Amino acid sequence: MKVLKEGLTLDELLTQAFNGLSLGSVLLLISLGLAFSFGLMNVINMAHGEFIMVGAYTTYLLQQILSPALGGDSSGLAFLISIPVAFLVAGILGFLLENTLIRFLYGRPLDTLLATWGVGLVLQQVARSIFGAPNVQVVSPGWLNGGFSPYEGVNLPYKRLFIIGLVIICVVAIYLYLYRSPAGRRMRAVMQNREIAGTLGVATRRVDGLTFAIGSGLAGVAGSALTLIGPIGPTLGTNYIVDAFLVVVLGGVGRLPGTIFAALLIGVFNTLLELQTSASIGKVLVFALVIIFLQWKPRGLVALRSR
Amino acid sequence: MRQVFQLFSYVQKSSRLAGLVCLTLLATLVLAACGDSTATTAPSATTAAVTTASITSAVTSAATVAGSPAATSGTIKVGILHSLSGTMAISEVSVKDATMMAIDEINARGGVLGKKIEAVVEDGASDWPTFAEKAKKLIQQDKVAVVFGCWTSASRKSVLPVFESLKSLLFYPVQYEGLEQSPNIFYTGATTNQQIIPAVDYLLSQGKKKIYLLGSDYVFPRTANTIIKAQLKAKGGTLAGEEYTPLGATEYSTVLSKIKAAAPDAIFNTLNGDSNVAFFKQYKDAGFTADKLPVLSVSVAEDEVRGIGIDNIVGQLTAWNYYQTTETPENTKFVAAYKAKYGDKRVTDDPIEAGYFGVYLWKLAVEKAGSTDVEKVKAAAKGIEFAAPEGTVKIDGDTQHTYKKVRIGKVRADGLIDEVYSTPDPVKPDPYLKTYDWAASLPKQ
Repeated sequence: MKVLKEGLTLDELLTQAFNGLSLGSVLLLISLGLAFSFGLMNVINMAHGEFIMVGAYTTYLLQQILSPALGGDSSGLAFLISIPVAFLVAGILGFLLENTLIRFLYGRPLDTLLATWGVGLVLQQVARSIFGAPNVQVVSPGWLNGGFSPYEGVNLPYKRLFIIGLVIICVVAIYLYLYRSPAGRRMRAVMQNREIAGTLGVATRRVDGLTFAIGSGLAGVAGSALTLIGPIGPTLGTNYIVDAFLVVVLGGVGRLPGTIFAALLIGVFNTLLELQTSASIGKVLVFALVIIFLQWKPRGLVALRSR
Repeated sequence: MRQVFQLFSYVQKSSRLAGLVCLTLLATLVLAACGDSTATTAPSATTAAVTTASITSAVTSAATVAGSPAATSGTIKVGILHSLSGTMAISEVSVKDATMMAIDEINARGGVLGKKIEAVVEDGASDWPTFAEKAKKLIQQDKVAVVFGCWTSASRKSVLPVFESLKSLLFYPVQYEGLEQSPNIFYTGATTNQQIIPAVDYLLSQGKKKIYLLGSDYVFPRTANTIIKAQLKAKGGTLAGEEYTPLGATEYSTVLSKIKAAAPDAIFNTLNGDSNVAFFKQYKDAGFTADKLPVLSVSVAEDEVRGIGIDNIVGQLTAWNYYQTTETPENTKFVAAYKAKYGDKRVTDDPIEAGYFGVYLWKLAVEKAGSTDVEKVKAAAKGIEFAAPEGTVKIDGDTQHTYKKVRIGKVRADGLIDEVYSTPDPVKPDPYLKTYDWAASLPKQ
């Protein structure tokens, strides 16, 4: 409590609010993909973190290949291109995984869990074999260095603002896809009632593959963006997977608005508690609060009456 | 809008599923923690102290095997025990390579006692019980004369009883948290008074009196910081703040806000592994610079600088005993040989160098003893000196640690580290900090 002894100044309050929002945006970014595979399809995808890793390495590779032709590392063009490419690469990988493995395991959560865990380990080792065990470096675009300072004492890093913007774009894109496109309508139909959707002529198998691919692709986007602020190595996925599951479970499995609320809530609470206590204790308190909340509302923040 | 989102719903069987997820999360957390704690340059250790009896005198007991079994054939077998797979492979493979290089060099010049050295390499697989198993196998089955290996303190603690009960010998190449002195281990890396304490002294001497301690939340940083706090108190420094983040943490915005509010003169960084990358990237974005608020790291060597991104860490300080740029004729040769053997892109760093010269120290001791018998080698090892890449190193007979120079370095624009300060002479190892008055109040573990 010593930090708050003299009361938060306006600067600190603003900075902390921004930190909370920023952490929330990172959490949302890593859990959007999981909201698809786990939330919509009920697949406990332990390899989700490795799809984030795939996105990060895609960014690294593209920067190695494209940068010389596109004005060097700091022009950021290679980085911008890498975001959609990471979506595609991780998405295709996810599509393959769904087709070759996960579709045989629907309705068997334990087996899926173990299988995807194994896939995650395999992907880690593949990355280690290709890129080596040490972390690699992605040079951030020069125009994302530094921060926006509305006035002295407050500094909002551009990279954080960029991630917040990217998350907003992702959420809008997902909304448009799910609720304004025929493919999205089919996806919703299958998730709502597989049998009836099938009877009405929806190719449920293809929809499953696509859903999983989109979830994986979103993880790829997260990986690409996280190169701005985090490490890039074979095991980077393990740093994020727990938080991603936490957000989706708290939000209420299968509900996108819940995922968004949960990410922001955890972000704000985590930074506040961390400021008041310490990083470790803050995290423990957040976990404890989430567990208590789930005892009270086992279905998460945005509970839905089931018929 | 609501009914739209309803479509996300799926068949509810959440309670069982939620239980499963919780269990999995727990497992992941544990695994992640283990992984990260080990994928680091600094050893993670339980400080459960091993209060070994002080050095046994070098009297060879009658029970000692007459003539070492390893020396009876045409070659002398030695063991190499490092993690060649798993999370620790990141660091340990390089040390294994350096050890192998030393063995090859010695063999090229005729070997030891006229016999070639034959290396038996075992993979500890980043798993501490496996280390103990493999150590037992090397000693009992392969009958090796000595083992070079281990990185994390956890692995060392795991093999320590094996080496003590089987009366064998281990050369351990990594800096660690001190408070240990096994009669069957030679420590060629730094103990606390050869890295951490001089580093704090350096900061104080530069007028950086107000120090912020930032570390990963496990035993090594907490032990180190306990020592640093006592030192600051005794030497007129002040503690600006102390913060620990979970292993593998990647979010530092709040920590940086706290640091900003505390306004320290310098940060003493005992973070480990991936957290360093996230910290330095976000430190730069928060508007800090190395001139205004220097960060001194004890777990960031040449290998790590690349992953962090040179432009994120350039100008920051490190504390080690050796850098690739260390200017000795031996080091010029060592770096050239290492790159020729393992590729131009490889860099050398402190533990790699310690793994390398450990083999030479053992060789000199064996030659002085005229035997590979453990007790004879231990007796002969006292005071042995070797011109290592870092300069002359000497085995301290009392502690079986080595005298080492302490060097403060500054990361330069090409990712290598320049020495900015060095102790004039090699520092005598003092794993229990007996020679420091202010350390008397520290909890003895």
